[in-house]
Amino acid sequence: MLRIQNLSKRFNSKVVLDDVSFEAKDGENLVILGRSGTGKSVLLKCIVRLLEPDSGQIFIENKNVLSLNIKELNELRKQIGFLFQSAALYDSMSVRHNLEFPLVRNFEFTPKEREEKIVSVLEKVSLLEAIDKMPSELSGGMRKRVGLARAIITEPKLMLYDEPTTGLDPITSKEISMLILELQKSLKMTSVVVTHDLLCAEIIADRAIMLNEGKIIFDGSLEDMTSSNDEFLIQFFKHEILNKSETTNV
Amino acid sequence: MARRRLSYTYQLSLEKRITEFFIMIAGLWTFSVQFFKYVFVPPYEVYEVRKHMNELGIRTFPIVSVTGFIIGLVVAMQTQPVLARFGAESNLPGSVGISIVRELGPVITALIFAGRVSSGIGAELGSMRVTEQIDAMEVGAINPFKFLVVTRIFACTFILPVLTVYVIFISLFGAYVAVLLVQNMTFEFYLGSVLKSVEFGDAIPGILKTFVFGFIVGVVGTYKGYTTTNGTEGVGKASTTAVVVSSLLILIFDMILVKITLWLWPTV
Ligand SMILES: Nc1ncnc2c1ncn2[C@@H]1O[C@H](COP(=O)(O)OP(=O)(O)OP(=O)(O)O)[C@@H](O)[C@H]1O
Ligand SMILES: [Mg+2]
Repeated sequence: MLRIQNLSKRFNSKVVLDDVSFEAKDGENLVILGRSGTGKSVLLKCIVRLLEPDSGQIFIENKNVLSLNIKELNELRKQIGFLFQSAALYDSMSVRHNLEFPLVRNFEFTPKEREEKIVSVLEKVSLLEAIDKMPSELSGGMRKRVGLARAIITEPKLMLYDEPTTGLDPITSKEISMLILELQKSLKMTSVVVTHDLLCAEIIADRAIMLNEGKIIFDGSLEDMTSSNDEFLIQFFKHEILNKSETTNV
Repeated sequence: MARRRLSYTYQLSLEKRITEFFIMIAGLWTFSVQFFKYVFVPPYEVYEVRKHMNELGIRTFPIVSVTGFIIGLVVAMQTQPVLARFGAESNLPGSVGISIVRELGPVITALIFAGRVSSGIGAELGSMRVTEQIDAMEVGAINPFKFLVVTRIFACTFILPVLTVYVIFISLFGAYVAVLLVQNMTFEFYLGSVLKSVEFGDAIPGILKTFVFGFIVGVVGTYKGYTTTNGTEGVGKASTTAVVVSSLLILIFDMILVKITLWLWPTV
């Protein structure tokens, strides 16, 4: 489904991604972990060509993404869902219009079908009561969930999630993780999930990648990663577990 | 030592400013070209254009009304004693009318429009840029340039002439009030003498150039907003520089267009 080869990206002299290669198979949930500022968001943006990588190649369903012209790229983008770290809701539009926007623009549904879809995704993220609110009236976590609803409403084949559960309480966070898992099952969606949330990773990950300073330092199952003897991984998970016990104590 | 360092950073920033200036000129040019490339391509965003026109019209209506009235009033008050000195007081409606129609109406309206609208567009698109809303459209396979930029430039280009015609009438009314202060004249008589002096060749170029001014306001505002960087700080900068740049460009183009009009329609 998604194959990335030797991807590199620099901003001026700062190397953010350094020769990154990995693959996500059809219907797989791939989790990408890594410290803040190691280039996880940059990686996701390169995949949809919001950022142009300096070198390397990206294949989605055997299409060479970097060589597509704008028309072909847009065709491909219709099959990709993207949840932004900041949710990126259109703040001049109500929740309903935010969800309607991609449907009206790119697909040919009747108004009734659209309404059904909107209601059904909002139910999935348990936000049906916010349907006529403006984004400025929502909390951070609610915005995130509307962003998620907007990304999945077109039933894409490939979903890219940038920290879907950050800023949510543990219960909602678990619900969202279960939702991602369910989408993978019911729609046979392939997902790439960037997250810091270990609980979320545990629920959804078929496979996990650890990114550090622009390089992949681990690629394998989550259990192997957490029980690895690598110095950095030990440090990373020690802090995660500390964080987790702190939140449960509170 | 301190002074040397100061002049060094000043030089550096001057150099940077000059490069930025040329980057901006190139960017404005690209935006204008892109506008014409996309404006004829369906689907036409009629709904969006109408929405923006309404918003822009409503946003600027009060301030142009007040300014238009005062400008007309003041110009008439200033001109009256000058004409009296030459014993040409009866020419007051005509000469004030000509300056309002040819120059003051279009330019003042455009400058106010620039201050009110290009800053607004700059801030609006700038915040959409820094909160990744423009990126979200792009990933959603929606052309953000066509949806956000083209519609706004189009709305600006066609709403400004409408506002200008309105402002010209308000200013003429303001001038009439000033005339009333010094002599007794019916409105019909006043309007009649204005219309006698103001010719077709005065009105048309004055209105036509506001299409160019509206286009300038749209292009500068959208360019500044769309290319915003550096987070919220950048949004503020985009909105203020949009006003400065569009006002300057309006005056420069006014100069050029006046020259061209005088060459095409020589006034005797
Ligand atoms: N547009 C940009 N211009 C310059 N540098 C950038 C840009 N975008 C990202 N960077 C840099 O790239 C690095 C990686 O950023 P990125 O947003 O991918 O981090 P991240 O792994 O997603 O972190 P977090 O977990 O905090 O979201 C950062 O050091 C950042 O400063
Ligand atoms: Mg990030």
